[in-house]
Amino acid sequence: MSKLRFASVWMGGCSGCHMSFLDLDEFLFDLADKVEVVYSPVADVKTYPENVDVCLVEGAIANRDNLELIHTIRRNTRVVAAFGDCAVTGNVTGMRNPLGGPEIVLDVAYRNGQVLRPQIPDDEGVVPPLVPKVSPVHVVVPVDLYIPGCPPSAKRIRAVLERVVAGQPVEMIGRDLLKFG
Amino acid sequence: MSVKTLTIDGKAVSAAEGDSVLEAAREAGIEIPTLCHLDGLTDIGACRMCLVEVTGSNKLLPACSTRVAEGMEVRTNTEQLRKYRRMVVELLFAERNHICAACVANGHCELQDVGIAVGMDHVRYDYLYPNLKVDVTHPLYGMDQNRCILCARCVRVCDEIEGAHTWDVLGRGVKARVTTDLNQPWGEAQSCTSCGKCVMACPTGAIFKLGSTVEESVKERGKLAFLKTARDKKQWVL
Repeated sequence: MSKLRFASVWMGGCSGCHMSFLDLDEFLFDLADKVEVVYSPVADVKTYPENVDVCLVEGAIANRDNLELIHTIRRNTRVVAAFGDCAVTGNVTGMRNPLGGPEIVLDVAYRNGQVLRPQIPDDEGVVPPLVPKVSPVHVVVPVDLYIPGCPPSAKRIRAVLERVVAGQPVEMIGRDLLKFG
Repeated sequence: MSVKTLTIDGKAVSAAEGDSVLEAAREAGIEIPTLCHLDGLTDIGACRMCLVEVTGSNKLLPACSTRVAEGMEVRTNTEQLRKYRRMVVELLFAERNHICAACVANGHCELQDVGIAVGMDHVRYDYLYPNLKVDVTHPLYGMDQNRCILCARCVRVCDEIEGAHTWDVLGRGVKARVTTDLNQPWGEAQSCTSCGKCVMACPTGAIFKLGSTVEESVKERGKLAFLKTARDKKQWVL
């Protein structure tokens, strides 16, 4: 059997879910036998490839780069998994939404009260502009699998990946798999 | 007091006249999920988690505020009910800003618990993201509107057990808010005795002790049960 083509991406999140993924320790060796990592923050690949079997999406859709990439991911991927609370609910990344649009938030963070050259880098192609409202992944594209948790524990990630790799259906039931936060 | 016999999920159950369907079910070991119910407080049927099907009724009835009746046939766990319960929980999450990861009640929250119980892996409805206030004017406690589900347990515990009635609900529908005294900051509410029963009663992180970490913020519901037993049965047992 050929190896599963596996990807993971880091959107509007803190990378904690990827840290938790690395917490899989020796299971990563078992995983490496069964999957080929075709795109990931921990792999040096610049463009999202085609024919990806499964992709873990960490983070919410918070800026224009996230928005473009998630559509590419959906087109090129069989199983898209919302990986962690930011991807599933918006979570901490989405806490800017009640405050209003990105301008207000950027003012609070970078302009107000700044003594030394208050500014926001807005040159085209430098920092991607924020989208008006942070969204969970499933609001933008259909999602096949939800893995809650901030971050999901290594135990939870392993339970899900073992089934995905074995081609078994994943049923998220019970506190060990479903608790948010 | 006469005894009523009924069936709950096909199981023959007897209950005292005047008991709620919820009490009868729990007595028989049948678990019905609840949020606004708290032992010792008047039931108001606000959260709709405990909806059950009753033969002969064309609408779903809240088990907490429906009295048992002779020959009643109750179903507590049908596909329809499971579907509606999950909708109820998702709508509660969508209505305010419940960010579990940044909440003082994370890990001991009844809303989080029912989310797990109904199998909520994501929220299908659009989040409203309301811009809500946190009141930390009281010297001991805080109130975060972002986490409130309007169960009114604080309102009832303050009125019915403490007798102060500091809390009430202001406004209607999506604009409803729990409020202290005549919509004053909690720290200026003169009727508040600072007893902390609202903190014990609150199912989420909406009402909390100031300066407590997440690990320290386990709600002491046992004290409310103690007061209830003391009043009903004159037994002062901790």
